[in-house]
Amino acid sequence: MAKQGVQPDELTKPFWDAATNGKLVIQNCTACNRLQNPPLPRCGQCGSGDNLEWKEMSGRGTIYNYCVVYDCPIRSLQEGQPFNLAVIMLEEDPAIQMYSHLPGTPVDEVPIGGPVRVVFEPTANGQVVPEWEVAA
Amino acid sequence: MTTQMAPESMYRSTEGLGVWEHRGKVASVGIGHSPTARRWDGRPETSVGALSILAMRRAIEDAGISPDQVDGIVVVPVTTTGAHWDPDTPIPMDVVNAFNPSSDPLDGIGQLSAEWLIKNMPELTNVKFTMNAPGCMSAAIVVAAQAVGDGLTSNCLVLKGWHNLDGRYNHGGSSAAEVVPGSLALGPGRTIWGPPGCFGTALQFAEYCHRYGKNHDMMAPFMENSRRNGLMFPEGYWAQHRPEELTPEDYLAARWIAKPANLFDNDIPIMVAASYLFTTADRAKDLKQKPVYILGHASSRGSARSLTPTLEEVQAETGSTGRKIFEAAGITVDDLSFENMYDGFAEFHQFHIEGLGYRGMKFGDALDFYQTDISIEGPNPVLPSGGNIGSGRSRFWMHTDCMQQIQGRAGARTVTGVKPEIAVSGGPMPMGGNFTVWSATPD
Repeated sequence: MAKQGVQPDELTKPFWDAATNGKLVIQNCTACNRLQNPPLPRCGQCGSGDNLEWKEMSGRGTIYNYCVVYDCPIRSLQEGQPFNLAVIMLEEDPAIQMYSHLPGTPVDEVPIGGPVRVVFEPTANGQVVPEWEVAA
Repeated sequence: MTTQMAPESMYRSTEGLGVWEHRGKVASVGIGHSPTARRWDGRPETSVGALSILAMRRAIEDAGISPDQVDGIVVVPVTTTGAHWDPDTPIPMDVVNAFNPSSDPLDGIGQLSAEWLIKNMPELTNVKFTMNAPGCMSAAIVVAAQAVGDGLTSNCLVLKGWHNLDGRYNHGGSSAAEVVPGSLALGPGRTIWGPPGCFGTALQFAEYCHRYGKNHDMMAPFMENSRRNGLMFPEGYWAQHRPEELTPEDYLAARWIAKPANLFDNDIPIMVAASYLFTTADRAKDLKQKPVYILGHASSRGSARSLTPTLEEVQAETGSTGRKIFEAAGITVDDLSFENMYDGFAEFHQFHIEGLGYRGMKFGDALDFYQTDISIEGPNPVLPSGGNIGSGRSRFWMHTDCMQQIQGRAGARTVTGVKPEIAVSGGPMPMGGNFTVWSATPD
């Protein structure tokens, strides 16, 4: 199930470049020592855009919870329905979330609270995107 | 005349503000609804503009004032949450020119403005105050109540209209694109992972069930009750077009959208408009309808730390909202005769009423409460309007019902297990919305 292709833009280019190199990076405000995702032009806490960096993550996390999508608005994903859509909490800060289709996990057999590790997969135009697999 | 968006200072969005300074000094005295339809058929007389004019005229007539006494309009310019006009689709100029157009040809078709309304309601000769409110009738009510209380307007029309077009919500545009910008791909909204509109709510509900040992089947009595109440709402979509009961079996057999949210957990998009007329309590005493006094209003402005609100964030916000509501109105939860909190998605409702502590409820109690008597005949009515699940997506049935119940004009839907004296309505989101307390008396 290939995701829509991605055209990196100015705000998110470092994220996509890192993914291409097999790394997961998340925006971090060095002044607040605070991660944030999705990326923003400014820190969501102090409001400054001067102290934002991209910080490499361990690639480990846990599953907060999930739904099974049967009626997706995105045309290119519809042929893969139903599919898992989970929210992952990053090890470095569980308040920071990422979405995942949990490739390899059967539909509705998602271990809530279980560990996951990042993997990388190509989207429809070849741009690589971070995904998550249930860790053994 | 250029209409501004209401400033944030008109909302009461923090705790500790005390009792609303205009408590009991503003009243609703008129209600007007348009007919409903599933989608726009392209005719001028069924456009959202025409429906809005009709609703406003009905509100004026219901209040028993003359149109030239209206001196204020608060309108929600946005008339959809997902049926946005495709910029590549030509705007039908025959419809535009069937009215007195404003500078924006989408006015009356895919949006509204006070300027367009005034141009097309020549009987409104004395409007001195106009203001826009974002999103929902819930916001417009708060803005209008504050404006009347502050003396900015004396007889103020409040308007919310909805259009619905061919096709499905949010299936065009970026959802149909082969490549999307990197920022859109990462969210928080419509990301390349494909969350449907109800995903965030369904996820919170999944976590709720996981934490408290509940399940989706336990929603069935609430859904049955909502449709039952909706079928007794003659202004509503289901009552007008599809008078079908929703049995627990029907509900549980429905196809999933994002499990654990199914088709019926999503409200049905429709065409409709409603308008209310607000005035001062002093003036209200002499008008045709029994006044419904506003005791207070409150707003929530929660934000998620990351992609989608967690259950913890939702519960923190709804708890705070409940405290703000009661503080503003100078009441306690025990003073509520009934509640009409938002429900479209259905899985919002338990978060709202647990935040209120309705009938002594604590977090995790609502689905068990749904297994008890929640009917309009019982002592603990839940959503007597039937809400958006019971009457279609308008986000205003809850307000109309509070007014009609208190005025004794709710017809077959009248609550009989309690005396309708004080009620709360509002929404939409547990993490962001506007809420109003209505009362039969000003004190």
